[in-house]
Amino acid sequence: MLLISCPNCGPRDETEFHYGGQAHVPYPENPNDLTDREWAEYLFYRENTKGTFAERWVHSTGCRQWFNMLRDTVSYDIHSIYAMGSPRPDIAGQSAQGQAGGPGLAPGAPTTTTSPEGAQK
Amino acid sequence: MSVDHLPEHPDFLWRNPEPKKSYDAVIVGGGGHGLATAYFLAKNHGMTNIAILEKGWLAGGNMARNTTIIRSNYLWDESAAIYEHALKLWEILPEELEYDFLFSQRGVMNLAHTLGDVRESMRRVGANRLNGVDAEWLEPDQVKELCPILNTSDNIRYPVMGATYQPRAGIAKHDHVAWAFARKCDELGVDIIQNCEVTGFIKDGNRVTGVKTTRGTINTEKVGLAAAGHSSVLAEMAGFRLPIQSHPLQALVSELHEPVHPTVVMSNHVHVYVSQAHKGELVMGAGVDSYNGYGQRGSFHVIEEQMAAAVELFPIFARAHVLRTWGGIVDTTLDASPIVGVTPVENMFVNCGWGTGGFKGTPAAGLTFAHTIATGAPHELNAPFALERFETGALIDEHGAAAVAH
Ligand SMILES: Cc1cc2nc3c(=O)[nH]c(=O)nc-3n(C[C@H](O)[C@H](O)[C@H](O)COP(=O)(O)OP(=O)(O)OC[C@H]3O[C@@H](n4cnc5c(N)ncnc54)[C@H](O)[C@@H]3O)c2cc1C
Ligand SMILES: [Zn+2]
Repeated sequence: MLLISCPNCGPRDETEFHYGGQAHVPYPENPNDLTDREWAEYLFYRENTKGTFAERWVHSTGCRQWFNMLRDTVSYDIHSIYAMGSPRPDIAGQSAQGQAGGPGLAPGAPTTTTSPEGAQK
Repeated sequence: MSVDHLPEHPDFLWRNPEPKKSYDAVIVGGGGHGLATAYFLAKNHGMTNIAILEKGWLAGGNMARNTTIIRSNYLWDESAAIYEHALKLWEILPEELEYDFLFSQRGVMNLAHTLGDVRESMRRVGANRLNGVDAEWLEPDQVKELCPILNTSDNIRYPVMGATYQPRAGIAKHDHVAWAFARKCDELGVDIIQNCEVTGFIKDGNRVTGVKTTRGTINTEKVGLAAAGHSSVLAEMAGFRLPIQSHPLQALVSELHEPVHPTVVMSNHVHVYVSQAHKGELVMGAGVDSYNGYGQRGSFHVIEEQMAAAVELFPIFARAHVLRTWGGIVDTTLDASPIVGVTPVENMFVNCGWGTGGFKGTPAAGLTFAHTIATGAPHELNAPFALERFETGALIDEHGAAAVAH
């Protein structure tokens, strides 16, 4: 079971949370202009990263707030927890694409925010 | 129901050849699906200069980790067609492969615990019958008669309000299935190459012409991906995306017991499924972990919940001991249906997205995928399961009948 540090409530068991899938998936800026292919991408295609993955969680039985998390999908280590709307933290030694390998940050460690990925809703 | 001993193995199973410089087709993934695909490529299409590349050991992925439930009582026409075709193949394969893998048609019950379940189940029985799939609706007393150890009293949290029943459904010895296919593949000239991980692809423009592996580069005219939980990792290497999310799914077995559990019982609502293996272990499973994961293990709270459900439904299991737990990596799609067909890369084909329920589909996955690889076009059974359905919107929403919420 994961031990997840809710930014508002502190460390709680995974069972208090719900998983919300990939983070940083912006709603299309001009929905009317999208082709079927682009709609398919928006609705059904998500990264399935083997390695460090940016994802959303909600503390459903606690403060009911959403937040983002960088988690390794192989080791299940949680590298960083950060606010919705903040850019993805740049973890030392890892590209923004989050390939496997490289050292992770301890939870709570300071993170830089040089990732080009902006806070798009 | 029970047999005294497992079947004897034939003297010879398969060779362990060195990879050749080139093949007419390469199958990535030596699970049940890869093996069945190679078998049908050789048998139905005469393609024997082919190789199966497996990064670990033969059938050590989900094939070795699944709970072996085989049934075809899916809701939609497209699914009923492909899973029922698979079931018909399961019925003849032991003879065809000359290897008994203990396909035991002991029936599968899917329990209903709410009025919503009851309506959905009856609808599914109707749909199944229209598609020629054997299906019955059982009242609680009939459920009790078929599986006397099941608690059908109405004073539990989610009483059993009835069940769908498919008598031709059942279980098989998964390892033996893999070995049976592997042996026939080998006999037909297929190279089964273990400890050979595919690490990249060689392309000429948009056409795949070879694979890079941990045992060197192999040229090939065609590539079939049958890598279950890792399909999207391979697709990314090849330069296209798949609408797949990989999740951990776990199962467990108890110590051995006398034969007490004569059928397979599944409950989507309280979320557990139980059968008794040929040797006597209780085999149990539940749902996937909610988050994406490539670790072959699952969360403890999932086991806790499934045990609570199991003990309420089967009070006599309260003192059974867990012997082993393990996990696999399943590849889920948003409509809970597989993807079998062509890809945006020329001469590269994909079979994936079978999620928590692809063991039962193994023979039909192999048959239709082999057809697609050999001819470049879909078989009528896999045509609806093309990748393009996510673009056209012609989804096959099987969440209700997939039996495990995901
Ligand atoms: C706990 C659990 C219970 C299940 N219960 C059932 C059930 O009761 N009934 C049912 O119908 N289904 C069930 N399933 C689902 C079923 O196991 C899968 O859908 C099915 O096994 C997938 O096809 P496969 O057998 O080819 O996959 P796998 O056996 O996973 O084969 C894929 C292979 O590809 C290999 N591979 C991956 N990447 C590479 C690479 N780069 N190079 C070379 N090789 C690679 C892997 O090592 C693996 O051996 C269950 C699954 C799990 C995990
Ligand atoms: Zn909280």
